[in-house]
Amino acid sequence: MEFNALSTILFLPAAGAIVIALMKGASDSLVKRVAAVFTVVPFMLSLYLFIAFDRSSSMAGVFQFEENYLWIAPLGARYHLGVDGLSMPLLLLTAFLGFLAVLISWKVHERPREFFAWLLLLETSIIGVFISLDLLLFFIMWEIEVIPMYFLISIWGSGRREYSAIKYVIYTLFGSALMLAGILSLYFTTNSLNMVDIANQGLGMMQTAMAPTIIFFALFIGFAVKLPMFPFHTWLPDAHTDAPTAVSVMLAGVLIKMGGYGMMRLCVSMFPDVAVQYAQPLIILALVGIVYGAAVTLMQKDIKRLIAYSSISHMGYVLLGIFALGNLSLNGAALQMFSHGIVTGLLFAMAGLVIHNIEVRDLTKLGGLARQVPVMTAIFSIAGLASLGLPTTSGFAAEFLVFLGSYTSGVVPNIQIYTVIAIAGVVLTAGYILWMLQQAFFGPVKEEFSHVKDADGLEKFYTFILIAVIMLVGIYPAILTDVFKLGIAPIVKLIGG
Amino acid sequence: MPDWFGALPEITLLVFAVAVILLDLFIARKGILAVVSVIGLLVCGLFSWSFWYVRLSFFNDMLVSDSFSVFFKLLFLGISLLLILASTDYVSKFKRFQGEYYALILLATVGMMLMAAATDLISLYISLELASISLYVLVSFLKDKKSTEASLKYLLLGAIASAVLLYGMALVFGATGETGLGAIAQTIQSLSLEGVMDHPALMVGIVLMIAGFGFKIAAVPFQMWVPDVYEGAPTTITAFLSVASKAAGFAIILRIFYSAFYVPVWLGHNWGIIYAALAVIGMTAGNIAAIPQTNIKRMLGYSSIAQAGYLLVGLAAVGVFPAFSSFDYGLLAQSGILFFLASYALTNLGAFIAIIAISRKIDSDEITDYAGMGRRSPWLALALTLCLISLIGIPPAAGFMAKFFIFSAAVKTGLLWLVVIAAFNSVISAYYYLRVVKVMWFSEPPAAAPSENISPSFTPVLALSLCCLGVLLLGIIPGLLMRIAELVSHLLPL
Repeated sequence: MEFNALSTILFLPAAGAIVIALMKGASDSLVKRVAAVFTVVPFMLSLYLFIAFDRSSSMAGVFQFEENYLWIAPLGARYHLGVDGLSMPLLLLTAFLGFLAVLISWKVHERPREFFAWLLLLETSIIGVFISLDLLLFFIMWEIEVIPMYFLISIWGSGRREYSAIKYVIYTLFGSALMLAGILSLYFTTNSLNMVDIANQGLGMMQTAMAPTIIFFALFIGFAVKLPMFPFHTWLPDAHTDAPTAVSVMLAGVLIKMGGYGMMRLCVSMFPDVAVQYAQPLIILALVGIVYGAAVTLMQKDIKRLIAYSSISHMGYVLLGIFALGNLSLNGAALQMFSHGIVTGLLFAMAGLVIHNIEVRDLTKLGGLARQVPVMTAIFSIAGLASLGLPTTSGFAAEFLVFLGSYTSGVVPNIQIYTVIAIAGVVLTAGYILWMLQQAFFGPVKEEFSHVKDADGLEKFYTFILIAVIMLVGIYPAILTDVFKLGIAPIVKLIGG
Repeated sequence: MPDWFGALPEITLLVFAVAVILLDLFIARKGILAVVSVIGLLVCGLFSWSFWYVRLSFFNDMLVSDSFSVFFKLLFLGISLLLILASTDYVSKFKRFQGEYYALILLATVGMMLMAAATDLISLYISLELASISLYVLVSFLKDKKSTEASLKYLLLGAIASAVLLYGMALVFGATGETGLGAIAQTIQSLSLEGVMDHPALMVGIVLMIAGFGFKIAAVPFQMWVPDVYEGAPTTITAFLSVASKAAGFAIILRIFYSAFYVPVWLGHNWGIIYAALAVIGMTAGNIAAIPQTNIKRMLGYSSIAQAGYLLVGLAAVGVFPAFSSFDYGLLAQSGILFFLASYALTNLGAFIAIIAISRKIDSDEITDYAGMGRRSPWLALALTLCLISLIGIPPAAGFMAKFFIFSAAVKTGLLWLVVIAAFNSVISAYYYLRVVKVMWFSEPPAAAPSENISPSFTPVLALSLCCLGVLLLGIIPGLLMRIAELVSHLLPL
């Protein structure tokens, strides 16, 4: 029997969750080691797949490492996995952050067995979203993620955690209710659950006169809630602020990328005409998200809440890149998703570290930490600069590609004006990032923080890895864009841009 | 072959029910009665199963044994089996009449089995009453104030519902001159459109029958009895009411409306729309009313009203099929209903068995008293959590597949608007189901936690494990049961 690499990556974390749940009476450190093993192996495997991924241009739009078995015969649902250029880097990112999330959680002492079991289950469901090629499987993976998140935020969170958790669940389920209606309509009109077939044959598979616009928006709103797009974003600051650090990292790093991925994979690929038709209003919403998100970020005093609002602004670039519908802009959007994943992942990890070591999360009460915790200051600064898009970091490469691609895209009218407005958002970003760094780390030294611990060995280890990846992607973005473009080429062909 | 041969399963179970009552007189150890009942259910199940491939019509076409009825018979038998397994701890609450408890459950099961097999209005009504009267008595078994009140309420409202149903049947009989479902269908088909229009009695009769059955399946606005009866009845009987009684109601509705009132198309369309309206009201009212509940049995009562609403979505899809499509879409909706009923039975039984076990521990049905259950008995809490997640309809539990199946059928028949409403209702329901989860896992256990030495005995644990296993299996590999449900629907003749 051949080795099913994708299934192994998908189910190893879940298997780890079950093993951990059954390890009654095991010591905390053993639980953590088991969790690390069950996440590092999928990471290594996905790294191997990333290297083995065939990058030749003939592979554009072709799914690699496919697994396809009959699953539920009466519905025609199949257990169908595979990765193309779009999903391969996102799979790698998920497995990577999944492993780092375990390291980041090394200091969780409260009910660690349950914590790691849920965290690993979360990883499985996110991976499942990125590699499923069957609509039912995709939707199931999409839904499963709600339960671990609910438990993780409610039990290990801080502040108004139960409120934030239920808010997250209700928003997500609201989105997926519409998405379910969209998927069922798609299933009804095409009589197929195969995402590849539906994308390839497009509306040719439509057998009835059901308006594609309705299906498009049913799906789109489901993804927009997750992205999150203005005006569906209000769950995100609460969830982020109150979630434990590792969960914030997963949430910002990969979970909200499911929204952008879904838009590209389902909305734009299957309904290119509708996407072109409605691109302008959606871009305007993206701009509102960018500017409004950044403006609100400027006023935040809570360190995690600030980073959370900045995510709304950054996801606006993704939305802009997608609905500018140009070749470069789509590549930029995909790269921005990856870049935001690692940069914001690092920011949240550092924010968590500040809160853990200093036990203060209000920026106005912090200050002068550069002397006392130089390593943390350096790492936080790098992450902040990457977030505002400094050249040589991944943030620059991604945002540059989005702006360039949007500006030159010929599909949407008036796109140049929109792009210029979006670029103005960068100024605001620089404002809040620098303000945050200045408030927290610079200025007069405060006595009460003189005994604060700096980052220890493990924390240096995982943050340095993240910095290395940020730099690598910033200096040589082709390592990712060579892969992304294979997945995006067929979408561009559909639009004809 | 003698005529009674087709009723062999029912007769067997009847004999066992009587045997349980008689044995009760001589036996001191009441546990043996449970064993006898379980044996009776298993034997009866074996007999029912052996009728899977044949189609027998007997007692002058009063009853039929086809795969549709066999499917439901096996469902009822399975529910009763799990219930009796789960009852072994609970019956210690009854000081007397343990034998009668088991016997009445068996009798109610016989009644429901006959309901699934009835093809004549008369046999249908009689079997319905057999099941109902057994249940009236069972509801009062705790003999305390609440239980008695519940039983009286159930009896009075049930009697009214029966009267309405009977009146509806009488009108249909008056309009068509027939009581057999097949004959009714032929008479209706032979009438021209104007001919049917000239028979307002037929229309009124159908509407009254919808109302009568609406009581059984707890569809709004015929649900008034549900919260009080669910709260007051012994918890095992609440579980029985919420799954078996509801499934029997749907079996009978499917049988009647699909065999007698399905053709001509516009007739099916009309009652389909009625059911769609009932579905909307039921889901919304049930879910909204469930939110403020503090008693878990009451909450699950309202939740069962909402779940009936989801099932009615399927029923609406059976009736309403777009003119340009074939009959297949109606069949798809039917198999969706069958699958939903089976998965709902497992889920709700699992939830109630867990509640019975937890209530024994804490001696309360208030949700706030479930605080810290996640640490006090993690497996029970986990099982209840799984069942609640299944009730919301989140994968990988069976509830999700059931909803997906029914909703996809509804979308295919053009009821997208109904599916959207139903999906939003699932979101509302997440709020109150998750509140129980929240209390169990996130709240601290009370400082003066009562003694922890009551742990459920083997048989309830077995029943609960079977339910949870079933919920997971149906959620992950539902193919086999879906195939069976499709087969059954295809074989249900017009």
